[in-house]
Amino acid sequence: MFDLTGMTALVTGASGGIGSAIAKGLAAQGATLALSGSNEEKLKAFAAELGGGHKTLVCNLSDPVAVDALVPQAVEALGGKLDILVNNAGITRDNLILRMKDDEWADVISVNLEAAFRLARAAAKPMMKARFGRIISITSVVGVTGNPGQANYAASKAGIIGMSKSLGQELASRGITVNCVAPGFIRSAMTDALNDAQKGAILTKIPAGDLGAGEDIGAAVVYLASKEAGYVTGQTLHVNGGMAMI
Amino acid sequence: MSETADRVKKIVVEHLGVEAEKVTEDASFIDDLGADSLDIVELVMAFEEEFGVEIPDDAAEKIATVKDAIDYIDSKQ
Repeated sequence: MFDLTGMTALVTGASGGIGSAIAKGLAAQGATLALSGSNEEKLKAFAAELGGGHKTLVCNLSDPVAVDALVPQAVEALGGKLDILVNNAGITRDNLILRMKDDEWADVISVNLEAAFRLARAAAKPMMKARFGRIISITSVVGVTGNPGQANYAASKAGIIGMSKSLGQELASRGITVNCVAPGFIRSAMTDALNDAQKGAILTKIPAGDLGAGEDIGAAVVYLASKEAGYVTGQTLHVNGGMAMI
Repeated sequence: MSETADRVKKIVVEHLGVEAEKVTEDASFIDDLGADSLDIVELVMAFEEEFGVEIPDDAAEKIATVKDAIDYIDSKQ
């Protein structure tokens, strides 16, 4: 089950915490990857760690021209086909609404939502021709629940969910599924920086009693990417230890 | 029948899975050949590839019949 041998995938934000776990999960199931990120050194180091014939593609997701070029570059690097697109890259520029600057809003929407749209639009073309495709976007629990200080981030993540539902309906007849994975609190450099009191406060809200791991997200992506998930589209799979049941 | 017409009709038959006799020049993709809006997008993509032309969105929107497609492609070649 969930064998991805012979399949190719583009993963954005691939050298980050969750992105690298997604890449490892897909690679472990046999997929060949185009790893995209903004930091070439980190990306190359991760590709070397991953081994195999995976490619790296540096891309600044706030640059629309670069974003539009990324899928064609990935298709070429992956030998002419793209089965799976994982929109994982995301940024935060947290601020209370009264203090939020225009560029804090615009940057987050541009990288988290607009880049996901541009990549999905570009990927839909080869996927339609192939009559097969998997578009998986990493959203967030806060896209559904909201979170103070994250109006921009929550809006971008909710936007991804709405976009995916629309694309799911447009593309279902061509064998393309479009889904989201919504992580809750996942162990990362960001959560490691929290003090014990902050961590304790978070954990009281998580019935599972622990933070999630990147692998928990990777496994969800692997499932949605698989042939076995072909009848699942327009859905958001929440991976959050029970902190929000939606 | 022109060479363009032959090639256009071949693509329409392949993409829409309809019988060749039904693909007359007057046939409307949507009303006569059962195409939906996504089929039209795919047909336009296939025409672009086959003939090496670019069909912009505003032109694509006006292509309703087989003849419309043939005429547009001929005008660009």
